[in-house]
Amino acid sequence: MFDNLSEKLDKALHVLKGHGQITEINVAETLKEVRRALLDADVNFKIAKEFTNTVKEKALGQDVLTSLQPGQLMVKLVKDELTQLMGGDVEGINLSGAPSIILMSGLQGSGKTTFSGKLANFLQTKKSKKALLVACDVYRPAAIDQLHVVGEQIGVEVFSDRGNTDPVAISKAGIAHAKANGFNVVIIDTAGRLAVDEQMMNEIANIHKAIEPQETLFVVDSMTGQDAVNTAKAFNDVLNFDGVILTKLDGDTRGGAAISIKSVVNKPIKFIGTGEKMDAIDVFYPSRMADRILGMGDVVSLVERA
Amino acid sequence: EKTKTSFFSKLGKAVVGKSKVDDEVLDSLEEVLVSSDVGVNTTLKIIERIEARVNRDKYLGVQELNLILREEIAGLLSETNSGDETDYSIPKDKKPYVIMVVGVNGVGKTTTIGKLAYQFKKKGLKVVLGAADTFRAAAIDQLQVWADRVDVPIVRQEMGSDPASVAFDTLSSAVSQNADVVIIDTAGRLHNKVNLMNELTKVKRVMQKVVADTPHDVLLVLDGSTGQNAFEQAKQFTKATEVTSLAVTKLDGTAKGGVVIGISDEFQIPVKYIGVGEGIEDLQVFNKMEFVDSFFSNKA
Ligand SMILES: Nc1nc2c(ncn2[C@@H]2O[C@H](COP(=O)(O)OP(=O)(O)OP(=O)(O)O)[C@@H](O)[C@H]2O)c(=O)[nH]1
Ligand SMILES: Nc1nc2c(ncn2[C@@H]2O[C@H](COP(=O)(O)OP(=O)(O)OP(=O)(O)O)[C@@H](O)[C@H]2O)c(=O)[nH]1
Ligand SMILES: [Mg+2]
Ligand SMILES: [Mg+2]
Repeated sequence: MFDNLSEKLDKALHVLKGHGQITEINVAETLKEVRRALLDADVNFKIAKEFTNTVKEKALGQDVLTSLQPGQLMVKLVKDELTQLMGGDVEGINLSGAPSIILMSGLQGSGKTTFSGKLANFLQTKKSKKALLVACDVYRPAAIDQLHVVGEQIGVEVFSDRGNTDPVAISKAGIAHAKANGFNVVIIDTAGRLAVDEQMMNEIANIHKAIEPQETLFVVDSMTGQDAVNTAKAFNDVLNFDGVILTKLDGDTRGGAAISIKSVVNKPIKFIGTGEKMDAIDVFYPSRMADRILGMGDVVSLVERA
Repeated sequence: EKTKTSFFSKLGKAVVGKSKVDDEVLDSLEEVLVSSDVGVNTTLKIIERIEARVNRDKYLGVQELNLILREEIAGLLSETNSGDETDYSIPKDKKPYVIMVVGVNGVGKTTTIGKLAYQFKKKGLKVVLGAADTFRAAAIDQLQVWADRVDVPIVRQEMGSDPASVAFDTLSSAVSQNADVVIIDTAGRLHNKVNLMNELTKVKRVMQKVVADTPHDVLLVLDGSTGQNAFEQAKQFTKATEVTSLAVTKLDGTAKGGVVIGISDEFQIPVKYIGVGEGIEDLQVFNKMEFVDSFFSNKA
């Protein structure tokens, strides 16, 4: 569907070729293509605009003293800027609590339950932790069953209370159970909710207040479009979450939501989900994500052609 | 409402009495459309159409402009929605009428099936559900809960069994029960997974052994908050299963679902339903004008 950015930039870069210095005129066409590529990748409209302005300021007046052509310089500037935007210090998961409590949050269907399982599995197999999953989604049909099936698949105990419709109470009981039984990590799965659903946002705020998690994670589908900023901001306003999980990256989405979310809430993207199976979890690499958003599988070859 | 008013008044000021739309207007129109996930390509197409109209009709009033704008955007949406919110009709000459529901992970397939079954049942139709998502944890139990809620029969096998076999059983059972509608749930799958897409093709083929030319409707469910990737989803699912209609879910949030405009235009697939919540009643028959209007109002 979408031409990738390298092709587009190649075209735009014809304008730049032969100039020794990046100027207002020769940079305009290139930036238009960069902006378009970002929008095609679902980067938020306003953020794409800001981003290209930043790149422009950095680019203007730069002499091309080295062997780099102006086009090469532009590509490098764009990629570096994107990588920096999505990067920063990633501290990993805070496991300092006894037990460490991890609260999952996010929209409906974003991948919270699946990721809860993946994280439990990861902490158990890679970090030698004893993890407990707690089923606090009392709304979605068969949500509790789903977490039990997941728990069985990975050999992790699941705490649930089918008669109870109060997620605050269930989460507290789950943590008490963990303390009494020597678990050192507790992962709380919650129901999906929309940011505009006041009652449901209050509910998760109450869970958060009651259990004081070491780590609150916002789980977001990497296919999300322009709305990513609204949702991320609303959840962050309520939960001041610690990190972002980007799921379903095994698809072919460009995943521009990653930049949008990072720009709006400035929280690290801690893990990515790359499949439905329990081992499909990876840490986040800003540089790879930048390539993906720009549709540049191979930046080096682009630079060589520029 | 504030955004809507300010957008149209801005648009009005800049266009009324002129024979050309100026850049400022086009910029704000672009912002509204792109921010609703309409996408750059489709946005450019809409802007071209509006420019052409303004050029031809000249000296427009605000009212006319408002109308033209909505018409031109809606014009890209395939011409098949009835606009009647209670219209859940199905062709009478196909019995059972078979709907296969497909889409990527977590978009709302199973929920939409529950809501649809409820609507059909309310009309007095005999509905059978088929639990052909045999992969995802507790997917069968989830559909079972919906079947119980609506009080319709469900055909299911064990988790991990062959989805084509479940679909086969469901159709056989529906035929013997003389059912009016069959809805087949399928596992969520990303459209770039060739094996999983082939599996869908197979499910479809196996169903045809029971009732020829089924499924009558292949309903692709798109998550309203999905961005431009929905295009590729529509393309690949169409390739594998010849999608015949679309449902857009989760429009009760702040996402606008604008990407379906370009999809409906490019693949000529109508949007039939929208999902506006998690409850059994939270399904609506798609209404073009209301949908387009939602881009210009601000829920956030
Ligand atoms: N391909 C792929 N599918 C995923 C990934 N993560 C989750 N899924 C699938 O996405 C769908 C939704 O995942 P869930 O874990 O149920 O999402 P949730 O956020 O718990 O959903 P709700 O509880 O309904 O809000 C399921 O079909 C999962 O198998 C991923 O990284 N890749
Ligand atoms: N707010 C809202 N939530 C919805 C809507 N439709 C579905 N959901 C929720 O989205 C989540 C996923 O819905 P499912 O019906 O399980 O989605 P699915 O496509 O069957 O998912 P998989 O089978 O895992 O691929 C659930 O929490 C649903 O309650 C809707 O229109 N609005
Ligand atoms: Mg869940
Ligand atoms: Mg399902």
